[in-house]
Amino acid sequence: MARGARRGKHWYGDGLPYLKTGPLPGHLIVIEGTDGVGRSTQIELLRPWLELEGYAVSNTGWTRSPLLSDTINEAKAGHELTVVTFSLLYAADFADRLEHQIIPALRAGFIVIADRYMYTAFARNTVMGADPHWTRQLFGCALMPDLVLYLEIDVDGLVPRVVQGKGMDYWESGMHLALGNDIFESFQRYQRRLIEEYNVLAREFAFVSIDARRSIDAIQGELREHVAAYLAGARRAPSSLGSDQTANHRVRRRG
Amino acid sequence: MSTVRGRPSALAEPHPYPGRLITVEGIDGSGKSTQLLLLDRWLTARGFPVRFTEWNSSRLVRRAMKRGKRKDLLTPTTFSLLHAVDFADRLTYQIVPPLKAGMIVLADRYVYTAFSRDVARGVHPAWVRAVYSFAPRPDLALYFRVPIEVSLDRLLGGRAKLKYHEAGMDLGLAPDPAQSFRIFQSRVLDIYDRLAEEFELRVIDATGDIPTQQKVVRRMVQEVLRGYARPPAVGRGNGARG
Repeated sequence: MARGARRGKHWYGDGLPYLKTGPLPGHLIVIEGTDGVGRSTQIELLRPWLELEGYAVSNTGWTRSPLLSDTINEAKAGHELTVVTFSLLYAADFADRLEHQIIPALRAGFIVIADRYMYTAFARNTVMGADPHWTRQLFGCALMPDLVLYLEIDVDGLVPRVVQGKGMDYWESGMHLALGNDIFESFQRYQRRLIEEYNVLAREFAFVSIDARRSIDAIQGELREHVAAYLAGARRAPSSLGSDQTANHRVRRRG
Repeated sequence: MSTVRGRPSALAEPHPYPGRLITVEGIDGSGKSTQLLLLDRWLTARGFPVRFTEWNSSRLVRRAMKRGKRKDLLTPTTFSLLHAVDFADRLTYQIVPPLKAGMIVLADRYVYTAFSRDVARGVHPAWVRAVYSFAPRPDLALYFRVPIEVSLDRLLGGRAKLKYHEAGMDLGLAPDPAQSFRIFQSRVLDIYDRLAEEFELRVIDATGDIPTQQKVVRRMVQEVLRGYARPPAVGRGNGARG
């Protein structure tokens, strides 16, 4: 079995007590990594490859729920929310996608590729000073992914990508934290702290780390290797993925 | 420090602010909003600086809530979290600053509404308590207890139709709204009774006539105002009002 893969489906915390999911034979694969590291580019390349391999794929992304994406965009435009309020909005967005996209797709046997998952909230909230335990409890309704692929990069590798790409944006530079007036310096400081948190989470949750300082093709090649290894392992042990194992996996405290 | 599920909760100990936080709870039709309005009138007439805030009233989630309700997109979890967003936003702007400034904040419904209604919808009781663990503890949390049939009579007498979510119609308990209301609000009522013990809510018999209830409410509020110091008056001249 590929590193980072877990057998069967588990809730992260208390789950959704009112929901009878039934068997979830699909696969939940998460792509994590900081802002501008190239997650969406890689996901765009993964999907057609998986489809050629014969797998049906469903995509889901952070803040993309039909219920809340407009509200989140408006709130960000207004810059008026606290970290607690934002976290609750993100959790609502997540829950909407979990119940209306992710679980139905898994039930139908799809591979769900999630662009970011609860770990994004864990990392950001810690950097922004929210109680990390509270954030984790909030996402107690989450389903544990089968595989988390982490695009790992350092700030020095990230800066040129972002500057040559879409540029530094207010939020991704942590300007809301008022670390300074210089967006470039603020970006470096904020992203350095964010990446540190991601690296801590990577160890705790056994992410598969992929060196994201390389070319798009090199990264894609490695992603495919890990996905293929995971899927091969899953095929060898299909029963573990077909059963409705929603045994509670209690919210763990940070070690 | 007491805890909620092994972690400190702001609800477990008195808040540190000079103001006072007074909240009302009860099922729909219990008459709690009427009583709060009368309390507001009384406090304001006596020159107290009062701020009123209401459950599910922030601009922030209005659109999402409407959209969710109209298209029947809300699940028990998203329903609960949208209300938590509303609460967090009002806490930031409408509750904590007035409390810090020494005002009296009157809240029509508070976190106990989530603890009862959302749990009646099926979310985990420990989860919803954890979600709201940042909420300050009220100085006085009133619970207007009323039997289902009394509240149903009041609601049907006042307005033509029961609201969809108030009646728990989203849960598919019964095709008839009044019947669904009975089933859903009975669950809510049971939970409220248990919450009254857990969180020391002050129970008021809401079947009595309005002035009698208000008398009881004012007496309780007076207790809570003992030792309360008004902030310096602002605005219209030397404290003379209305």
